[in-house]
Amino acid sequence: MTAVTVTPQRRIGWSVANVVVLLYAFVPIVWIISLSLKGDDTLNDGNYLPLNPTSEAYTQIFSNTDFVRALVNSIGICLIATGIALLLATMAAYAIARLDFPGKQAIVATSLLISMFPQIALVTPLFKIETAIGIFDTWPGLILPYITFALPLGIYTLSAFFREIPWELEKAAQMDGATPYQAFRRVIAPLALPGVFTTAILVFIACWNDFLFAISLTSTNSARTVPAAMSYFTGATTFEKPTAAIAAAAVVITIPIVLFVLFFQRRIVAGLTSGAVKG
Amino acid sequence: MSTVAPPPTDAVDPVDEADEGLAIARKRASEGRRAEQRLGLMLCAPAVLVMLTVAAYPILYAIYLSFFKADLRQPDANEFVGLSNYVTVLSSPIWWTSFGVTMFITVIGAAAELVLGMLLAIVMHRTIVGRGLVRTSALVPYAIVTVVAAFSWRFAWTQGIGWLAGDGAPLTDRWPSIWIIILAEVWKTVPFMALLLMAGLALVPEDLLKAASMDGASAWQRFWKVTVPLIKPSILVALLFRTLDAFRVFDNIFVLTSGSNETSSVSMVAYNNLIRGLNLGIGSTMAVLIFLTTAIIAFLFVKLFGAAAPGGSEKR
Repeated sequence: MTAVTVTPQRRIGWSVANVVVLLYAFVPIVWIISLSLKGDDTLNDGNYLPLNPTSEAYTQIFSNTDFVRALVNSIGICLIATGIALLLATMAAYAIARLDFPGKQAIVATSLLISMFPQIALVTPLFKIETAIGIFDTWPGLILPYITFALPLGIYTLSAFFREIPWELEKAAQMDGATPYQAFRRVIAPLALPGVFTTAILVFIACWNDFLFAISLTSTNSARTVPAAMSYFTGATTFEKPTAAIAAAAVVITIPIVLFVLFFQRRIVAGLTSGAVKG
Repeated sequence: MSTVAPPPTDAVDPVDEADEGLAIARKRASEGRRAEQRLGLMLCAPAVLVMLTVAAYPILYAIYLSFFKADLRQPDANEFVGLSNYVTVLSSPIWWTSFGVTMFITVIGAAAELVLGMLLAIVMHRTIVGRGLVRTSALVPYAIVTVVAAFSWRFAWTQGIGWLAGDGAPLTDRWPSIWIIILAEVWKTVPFMALLLMAGLALVPEDLLKAASMDGASAWQRFWKVTVPLIKPSILVALLFRTLDAFRVFDNIFVLTSGSNETSSVSMVAYNNLIRGLNLGIGSTMAVLIFLTTAIIAFLFVKLFGAAAPGGSEKR
């Protein structure tokens, strides 16, 4: 770092700023966790923290077949969509970053246009098309739109990463007799893996977060993902509000993402900012 | 990109064309170039194909449907009605109310995000204690599922449950609801804004700030006179992204108010017409109008502020 003198006052000042950031980030999260740990007796006390923490709500949602099914749907659909989108985006981003071919700019422009497109505008026709061809309310019915909005994100992030890869190695491989395809598979792909991995996290988060498609393109629990299923939760009886159950479900789907973020913080930051400023 | 050697084919001097050896080399090079083009197209084809089938085709189909009376409850009654759907939507007070709400949320939200995002970016960039901790925790709101955060805010203000509720029920009144929606949006997206801005801040040369400081510029002046002009491209890109994204606001409103008390966004209204009302014609018309509005916003950004579209800046 630079030789700025670190006075105790500066240290305290920055510590206060840090605490504000931590409070900002965690207050709503801790609240939903605390709500999920409240039992029936303390649910309505309005306390920020639970007085008698209980895991009732978790037992309840994991014995609820709708929730378990939704969790399976979420994991399956997001993993498949991420996998396919990543494969296609890697191929396209490699071509965009490394090769010269006609229509390259058009492809970049199209994918950018799609990423900026209001998703509700896609929902309307997709709803009609999916009902017509019979994939409404199925896994493919959600995987397809997820791939589509993941592709621009993937192509964009990956091509930024791919530009950073040392070129000469590929040229060297080609001089040693490798075809462009071999150079791609043997030399560039291993170097590109960190970027691909980062993009995978970003794409997975985007799919995991989706609510609009999930709620519009499903009608039963056969493909409904957790974010959509949560808004259909009902209590054990009609008089009972499902508050704690919703909170517990919210915590369950939040945990994997928060873990991802904690482990791969550096990569995520690099991925999110890769293309935006290098211009 | 600057390290990339240009394709060799065009570099051949026409004077030397007679040279047989060179002609062969050139032929080989142009074969290589054709192979490169073929590979490029092949690698892009699947992605392009999927994007065209699942995005471009539905968009065109939505435009087509918007000229029809299409109601799923009467599947056989489709008929061409010209612009009458547009007249219906554009003369509907529901549409304009939701348009106003969406615009309000977009403008206030993006402005608040810019200010708070900048503050967060400065803290993440400059803090001298616990930098890793701050950077990691600031990512949490970005990664949280929007619906989860929305439920957290909703319960916080639900009477009898929430720690913020007190005596009132703000989510049953229009303006308090709108402010809560904005809060939920801003909370969730400030980190994204901050990250883009922080990447810009990292490019500001430290020496320049030091020089300004020696010339007697205060921290405030250094920020406005040195930092802001230098990171203007980052600011514009971040704002453009966020504005377009904010205009699509849906999840938060769905969970927080379901659009009651005139808090619907345009996406909510389109969703209600489509999924609840099963009125494809009107729903598609709204989709097209939302798309046009987004396009106009993007156009204004690029024209008025000269925001470089991220794709544009990727060119060599």
